[in-house]
Amino acid sequence: MTELLAKTAQDEKWGMVIDLDICSGCQACVTACSMENNIPFVGEDEMAYGRGMQWMRIRRYWEGEYPEVTPNHQPMLCQQCGSAPCEPVCPVFATLHSEVEKINLQVYNRCIGTRYCANNCPYHARTFNWFDYEIPAPMNSYFNPDVTVRRRGVMEKCTFCVQRIVKGRQQASADGREMEDGDVTPACAQACPTDAITFGNLTDPESRVSKMVRSDRAYKELENLGTEPRVTYLKGGKSYGG
Amino acid sequence: MAADVKPFIGSKASPHQESEAEELRQEHLMLDPMPRNEMNQMVMEAMTTTTRKWWAWVIGLGLAVAVLLVGAWGYMIATGMGVAGIRRPVYWGVFIVTFVFWIGISHAGTFVSAILRVFKAEYRRPFTRAAELMTTFGLAAGAIYPLIHLGRVWVFYWMIPYPNARWLWPNFRSPLVWDFFAITTYLLSSTIYLFLPLIPDMAMARDRSTGWRHFIYKLLALGWRGTEAEWFRLRKAISIFAYAIIPVMFSVHTIVSWDFAVGMVSGWQSSIFGPYFIIGAILSGVSAVVTILYILRSTMKNMDYFIRKEHFDALGKLILVFSMAWAYFFFNEYILAWYGGDAALKQVLTLHATGPSAWVWYTMLICNVAIPWLFLWNKKVRRTPWLMFIITLLVNVGMYAERYTIIPLTLGHQRSPFDWGIYNPTIVEVSIALGTLCLFIFLYLIASRIIPLVPVWEVQEGQMSHTLRKIGKTEIPSVTELE
Repeated sequence: MTELLAKTAQDEKWGMVIDLDICSGCQACVTACSMENNIPFVGEDEMAYGRGMQWMRIRRYWEGEYPEVTPNHQPMLCQQCGSAPCEPVCPVFATLHSEVEKINLQVYNRCIGTRYCANNCPYHARTFNWFDYEIPAPMNSYFNPDVTVRRRGVMEKCTFCVQRIVKGRQQASADGREMEDGDVTPACAQACPTDAITFGNLTDPESRVSKMVRSDRAYKELENLGTEPRVTYLKGGKSYGG
Repeated sequence: MAADVKPFIGSKASPHQESEAEELRQEHLMLDPMPRNEMNQMVMEAMTTTTRKWWAWVIGLGLAVAVLLVGAWGYMIATGMGVAGIRRPVYWGVFIVTFVFWIGISHAGTFVSAILRVFKAEYRRPFTRAAELMTTFGLAAGAIYPLIHLGRVWVFYWMIPYPNARWLWPNFRSPLVWDFFAITTYLLSSTIYLFLPLIPDMAMARDRSTGWRHFIYKLLALGWRGTEAEWFRLRKAISIFAYAIIPVMFSVHTIVSWDFAVGMVSGWQSSIFGPYFIIGAILSGVSAVVTILYILRSTMKNMDYFIRKEHFDALGKLILVFSMAWAYFFFNEYILAWYGGDAALKQVLTLHATGPSAWVWYTMLICNVAIPWLFLWNKKVRRTPWLMFIITLLVNVGMYAERYTIIPLTLGHQRSPFDWGIYNPTIVEVSIALGTLCLFIFLYLIASRIIPLVPVWEVQEGQMSHTLRKIGKTEIPSVTELE
């Protein structure tokens, strides 16, 4: 069983594909993410000031001239860069690459809050705990026991629901099989009503994400910076809808 | 001894020549020697005179430090970083701006003291210590900012490489760790460099004081007696340090600039940031020296003998030169990047000049370029101390605006327009920034009454090597090579 675990671990490289042509900007992924990852709500004023704690945000751009405008929605989350700009600048190794999942981790207990990583992130995917946010009863019952609750002064961001990845791997090895496509679904993908978010293993060429990454519509956000993002967006334009 | 060196050659001078010599003496401290004992007494007097006004300032500033710095910082630690105005995408604000500002101020001492010493600029002699003190206290005020800006300051020591059970080291790839080493090195070496030339003056003060002062000076003088061997070693040590501290100074502000230059932020990634920051730091530091010299001259006893118009004149020329050098780097950083055509960078630079905070950018250019260029070419302006005081204060306002432009204003307008944001400093940030200014002045005020602000032995040494010599019919100042 440990052999199987070790073997799966070697073949992991998680990725996500978001189809912007069918994303309706409904924010279900944002809500699901907040619930899954114990993200506090900061209130209206702080949110308006740019201190929302969402790990996944819907960026909205307008296309065209008023009044002929179409909204464009782009769910933005940590791109789990293969060559992440946030990692080298942290003085205490609070943000680093996981050897198993090949994703970018944030170690809350190690973070001292220099916020350098957030400055250096071209996607602005990181959020900072400006205060200790209180979650009043009965809201505190929704806490996910698999995810740490963060305190003030530390940075946090999307983890690709690493707790679900671990769970999926353990389930597979308990069943005595290798991990299959679809074993792991992060909260955002699970909640998406239009199925715009697909998650899977990029090392498996037959997985759904691998196939979608090869699509003509695929692009990666700010790829020219050399960050090697693991999130691929699909955007085809009018004939594809969206 | 210096007073009686007057090698007039030939017969009795005419009244005209006499007045010319008198003018030279009034102009140059080095040609206006005074009996050694008298000068020592003057410095001692300046140091030991504490007026009621001085006490009022010390107490007022002490309270200001307690409330503005300690109080506001304590409040921030207890509540969270949120009491500062920083937000996504501007994660660094006034704290880092003020940090860079103070590190810049700290370049004054090394520049004036080490570089001018190495180049044997004689006018430096009376104010090397005043400048070195600025280095030490500027660093003291600046070095607390890397702590202030931490989200969890109580675990700041994780940035320090110390042996621990888990074998966790700091990340040596991070510029913040380089910062830590650079600033620590600079603080230590500049403190030693401040102390070395202080030893003979401490001995001078020891021999002329009683009570607690005598005790302190006795300790700090390290048993100095003034023998030939002691002088030889002291000169050797100062000379080694003067050369060694220059690269340290260059490295410090280069590394501070790398906090930005290695980042993946449009407008930060620039190979010219190292020298650009150094020139800016020296411009701001030398200006601050003039500001402080004006204050010392008008508030401390006997200082008008030591600090003369010639010094304002000389430093004014330096400021003009550095203002030009700064403009050169600004041009290179700005215009050439503009021609590069990178869309995000172009956007950032355009918004500096046209965005909602464009007034900061214009303040920077007016104070750093327009004002020095318009006024400092004029000898009359350079020789008017109160005008120099105002101009140098404005230069530092401009340098603060420069750092403000580079840090929050650049962060606010990055590649994705959806994430653009304007940053407004809160009262807590402003109060902490003012608090460190109060701390700086407070430390300086205290130091001005504990250590001799004028390096007496250096002035005396200079006066001994300067003489008026008559060549033909005119008298000209001549300098003997000492070191």
